[in-house]
This record gives sequence, structure tokens and C-alpha cells, in this order.
Amino acid sequence: MSSISRRQILMSGAFLWLFAVAGTTLVAVTEYSTSSAIAENERQLLLRNLYALLPRDKLDNDIATDTHQLAASTLLGTETETSVYRARQAGEPVAAVFNSIAPNGYSGRIHLLVGVYVDGSLAGVRVVKHAETPGLGDAVELRKSPWIKSFDGKSLDNPQTSGWAVKRDGGDFDQFTGATISPRAVVKAVHNTLLYYQQNADMIFDQ
Amino acid sequence: MTTRSEITRNGIWSNNVALVQLLGLCPLLAVTSTVINGLGLGIATMITLVLSNSIVSLIRGFVRSEVRLPVFVLIIASVVTIIELSMKAMFFDLYLVLGIFIPLIVTNCAIIGRAEGFASRNPLGPAALDGLMMGLGFLSVLVVLGGLREIIGFGTLFAHAELMFGDAAKALVIEINPDYPGFLLAVLPPGAFFGLALLIAAKNWFDLRPVAQHQDASAVSAETV
Repeated sequence: MSSISRRQILMSGAFLWLFAVAGTTLVAVTEYSTSSAIAENERQLLLRNLYALLPRDKLDNDIATDTHQLAASTLLGTETETSVYRARQAGEPVAAVFNSIAPNGYSGRIHLLVGVYVDGSLAGVRVVKHAETPGLGDAVELRKSPWIKSFDGKSLDNPQTSGWAVKRDGGDFDQFTGATISPRAVVKAVHNTLLYYQQNADMIFDQ
Repeated sequence: MTTRSEITRNGIWSNNVALVQLLGLCPLLAVTSTVINGLGLGIATMITLVLSNSIVSLIRGFVRSEVRLPVFVLIIASVVTIIELSMKAMFFDLYLVLGIFIPLIVTNCAIIGRAEGFASRNPLGPAALDGLMMGLGFLSVLVVLGGLREIIGFGTLFAHAELMFGDAAKALVIEINPDYPGFLLAVLPPGAFFGLALLIAAKNWFDLRPVAQHQDASAVSAETV
């Protein structure tokens, strides 16, 4: 190895450079040719999630593009700007769907979609991303347990503030056998989202 | 010159990536909580192995040995990224299930191991076959381990098959006992280690068994004589 000539080193370097360029080009070409299909797929997924919260017949606007950027907020649990999706019928506001985060799950953040009707009642809540313990805390997911549907129709007055907690903490919401932390985090995040909506309702539906 | 049957036997059994070479354990242990997860990662790994082995074999004449490892890494990383993007564009639902596991393939040392140990010294045909068979061997272990952990951990088999094969596959789901309380340890990472250890032990037992039988037989015949 001690007798590698400068020429050989340059050759190897050039060869490596060639491969880096070829590899990057291929990835870039693939990225370019798939990006529109990927964006469309992601839009469809977003629509599927939104329509799961808000029945399609209650809105007639393009909810995926009728968005508003919300600044980071401790009530929403967000540290960066997030989108709020706005449902309207005949131009009148129907509901807003927030990207909220429960920061204190058992294994980090639990990402939620929270749908709130104009009158401040909940259209529904879905967990979109989490890392809770399989078999225990992951019952916050709809495909594991119907628990998340217990939020449907609830609002800041129903139950009263003291009821916005899991039963072990004296509230109205069930916890899971062996897992209190995950549902506690979700209940708090949903309640905070409702508070956020109450304080910012006017701004949210502004054009 | 390695023959086709030798390559096949090596890949699937006698030099199995997961059971004998013990490579690629990071993705193996991370995703095998269900059959479907194991199957998905197995297929993606197999495609990566075939493509990376083929490309490495095609360029084996030009690569200077000092830079071969960075070149292999570049090839593997590009192939995996392209697979991920194509999957996201064409099989989005499958991507939603496996998306987080695809980048894990890059951490699978079995792929660079086959590039260096086999593909860089063999022509295209055998190299591609080796990729396919090594991939198939890895896939089988992922599926068996996934099945083992799913049955013990959740009491089901093929759960969430619809995510990969469409709604018709919901019929595939087998619930062994609806009241099964579940066994969390099997689902968590320690369960993966125990399961893999059992599989390795079973394979070794199977490989050593004919020898033992042979000895028994000779012992018996010696007695009768």
C-alpha cells in the first residue's frame, strides 16, 4: 500500500467521483419522475384522514387546500408552523381540523388530527403517528381500539374542565389496562386543542 | 465455479444470512413483530440484494480495489432510495406500512457482504441468483420469526394483511383464540432475540440430526452383531 502513485490516487478519486455523480443523477431522475405521483398519493391520504373525521356531505370545499398556517403554540403542542384544514359549506365555516401533538406520551410525541366544529364540539380525533407500547398504549389507535371515538361530540362544557382527565385522575375518560400515560396525554392534548380553538376561533376561518 | 444448486442451497439454508451469517440483525429484530411486516421487509431486501449484486457484478472489471467499498455503499444507497421513491409513487398503501423500514435496509450488512464476498468476483447470472437466494433465505427467516412472535404475542396470524394485499386479504387473518390476553414480551425486542435464538437452535439441531441417527444406527448394528 505504501507505493501507491499519485496517478493511482487521482484515478481512484475520479472513479469514485464518477459513481457519486451517476448515483446522485439516478436518484434525482427518480425523484423528479415520481414527485407528482407521490404528492398526489399524500394528498389522497390526507383527504382520507380528513373525511374520516368530517362526513363528506357536510362540506363542499377542497379541504386539503383550504388551509391556514398556524404559528407554533403550546396549546397545540407544536414547535413549528402547522396547517389547519378548514371545512366550509356554501362558503360558511363548518369545522376546522388541527394537527396537534401530545408531547408527553409514554414514548415521546403522539401526533393527532383533531376536528372541531364551528360550535366548539369535537367532530373526532385520530392518532396519525405515535410510538406507544404495542399491546398497551397503542390502543389510542382506532384500528386497535375504539377508545379514540369517546371524544366524538365532546366540548369544553361537556364534560366540565374537571372531567377532562382519565378516570384514575378523577376525570370522565377511560384509561387502558396497564396504560394510563398514553390516554392521559391524548386527553390533555385534545382539551388543549379545544382551548386553542376557543381563543382563536375568529382568526382560524379568516381568508 | 459455484453451481446454481450450490448458490441456492447456500442462500436459503447452509449459509443463510440471518441464521448462519447473523447479518442484518438490526432490521430483522426491529420489524418482525408480525408476519406481514416481516414479509414486506423481506421482499424489499430481496429486491435490493438482486439489484445491488447485479450492478456490482457488472462493474466488477472497472472498480479499483482501494475504492470498492465506498462505491458499493453508493450503489446500495442509490438502489434503496430509488426503491423507496418508486414504492411511494406506485404502491403507496404498502409504503405506509413499510416506509419506515425501507431506510433500514441500508443498515443491513448482508447486502454489502454479498457485494464484496460474491458479486464482485462472479458474472452477472450467478451474482443475481445469489442475491435472489440470499434474499429468499432472509425473507423466510423474517416471515417465520414474525409468525412466531405474532402467534405468541397477539394470538393472531397475518393480521393487517389487507395493507399489503388489499381488502380481499382480510379473510386471511387467523385469530387463534379471541380471548387470548397477549404476551407483550414476544412483541417487544427481547422476544425477537429469544425467537431468533430458538430458530438458530432449531436449524442447528436439524443439521446435526442425521449424524446422530447414523451413529445410533451403527451402535445398534454393533450390538446386534
